[in-house]
Amino acid sequence: MSNELNILPELIFEISKEGKVGYSFRDIDISDDLIAIDKSKLREDIKDFPELSEVDVVRHYTNVSKLNHSVDSGFYPLGSCTMKYNPKINEKIASLKGLNTHPYSPTDCVQGNLEIIKELEKWLVNITGMHGFTLVPAAGAHGEFAGMMVIRKYLESKGDARKIVLIPDSAHGTNPASAHFAGYDIKEIPSNEDGVLDAKTVKEYLNEDVAALMMTNPNTLGIFEKNIMEIADLLHENGSLLYMDGANMNAFMGIVKPGDIGADVIHLNLHKTFSTPHGGGGPGSGPIGVTKELVQFLPVPLIIEGKDGYSVNYFNDAGIGRIKNFYGNFLVIVKALAYLMALGKENVSKVAEDAVLNANYIREKLKDVLDLPFKSKTLHEVIFSDKDLPVTTLDIAKRLLDYGIHPFTIYFPLIVHGAMMIEPTETESKETIDAFIDVMKKILDEAKKDPEYLKGAPYNTPVRRLDEVLAARKPVLKWINEENEG
Amino acid sequence: MGLENLKFTKEHEWVRVEDGIATIGVTDYAQKELGDIVYVELPSVGDSIAKGDACSNIESVKAVSDLYSQLSGEIVEINEGLEDTPENINQSPYDDGWIVKIKISKEEELNEMMDFEQYKLYLAGIEKE
Repeated sequence: MSNELNILPELIFEISKEGKVGYSFRDIDISDDLIAIDKSKLREDIKDFPELSEVDVVRHYTNVSKLNHSVDSGFYPLGSCTMKYNPKINEKIASLKGLNTHPYSPTDCVQGNLEIIKELEKWLVNITGMHGFTLVPAAGAHGEFAGMMVIRKYLESKGDARKIVLIPDSAHGTNPASAHFAGYDIKEIPSNEDGVLDAKTVKEYLNEDVAALMMTNPNTLGIFEKNIMEIADLLHENGSLLYMDGANMNAFMGIVKPGDIGADVIHLNLHKTFSTPHGGGGPGSGPIGVTKELVQFLPVPLIIEGKDGYSVNYFNDAGIGRIKNFYGNFLVIVKALAYLMALGKENVSKVAEDAVLNANYIREKLKDVLDLPFKSKTLHEVIFSDKDLPVTTLDIAKRLLDYGIHPFTIYFPLIVHGAMMIEPTETESKETIDAFIDVMKKILDEAKKDPEYLKGAPYNTPVRRLDEVLAARKPVLKWINEENEG
Repeated sequence: MGLENLKFTKEHEWVRVEDGIATIGVTDYAQKELGDIVYVELPSVGDSIAKGDACSNIESVKAVSDLYSQLSGEIVEINEGLEDTPENINQSPYDDGWIVKIKISKEEELNEMMDFEQYKLYLAGIEKE
């Protein structure tokens, strides 16, 4: 465990002692008419408000914070999420005083910031082979939505927005929601036994109502959609577009360009692939890249590079309009550019090579002890299942906690029964990955010898196995003073 | 509970038809696959639905799944009790765990469904995989 204090601290309400205070103030004798707040709105006291000294409060929250597991404290192979380690220098650069400008600053005063945005756009254009980018979307799903709106706008400009968006069963779960939000009906299409989409299947679903197909590539099985070019051709012949969810771009960036293999719109997750920590509530950034035909439909503001510097265009009647206040999450953009510049053009592909190598190393080492539901080659993540095991995926995940490892993603993607979705990411060393493999083997050994023991895991955590069903059915979301009840 | 009198779909839903009204729920296999169900979102009485529309949303500890109606018609009754006791689907999928009742508008859609024997074979095929 990463925290030495392996007990659950009491709630702050429970350590309250009547009369304790952090700061004592002198009584001030002022007449009521000097108090600006209406007296009826002032409370004499707040029921059950905790009373503590400063040191009580500091210790309480410090101890609670020690219960966190983060990528800074240990291995975190949460599949599909890319919980990789991000160099701290990028945080440092993003906190440089000169970059934290007010969004209403005159453009003359923020030329450097605008250059950063434009530079990153150029990097992303080069990496993806798309024609143009907007860095405005605030996160991945926001990018998906913006991308689908661009598709809708483009099709409308041709006279028919169409009605349906096709989504494979191996796509990210946000895809259907985003397309639906953009006003489309969703049709799910099945992937084949190799875990990829067949051109033949796509053909069966195509008709004049199909606006686009949203493909996650590599898909949620970690498999490269190898028929993408054939599928793109079919879609284009039908007047439909191909949206590629590029949230897993660490699997092949610098190696394959989505723009070269038929994608019309893609989104990237700067907060997964490009050095902004993922999770914890953001902010994120989900830039979208589009083909030449679609550039005019991108959201505003657009950063224009001119002879006399950079300007910001807030007016583009052809486009989808504004989707966010100001210009995206700027500091996430800063981190992405700092990360790419530090890597250098020639090393972008190295990221993908390491991500794929690490995942395949785990696959190779564990394939004899765990079921591999899809035999196709996988890229940046690997999916096993709990088939033929005396315990379930959940039991293994819970036992991992005892060894101080954050569990992988469990029971997703849904098309795999009892899925264990492992993404080690490119930033983990061989030593860390070997340690994980050893722990997995040890757990599987325990499972064989004493499955009942595993069903009781975890044992070393401040709380034991939680009753997820009860928590979901009858959630207790606030503290109630039992002494006052009844 | 007379499973022999029910119709079944490939999506593991069962249908019981009485006087033009179809009662719909999920099968025992489906509830086991879903795991403990924690929330059921129901349609409104009076909603009209077409075959293939989602008519309910079932949330379990594992996943959120749509219940696709294999019949067209109008919702005439919903199992409101499921809002407080969604576990009824786990405990009694064929009785207390029924989900919606639909007044069927296209009776011929029933012909596309499996009977109990066919469904058992279908399940055996899945288990083998």
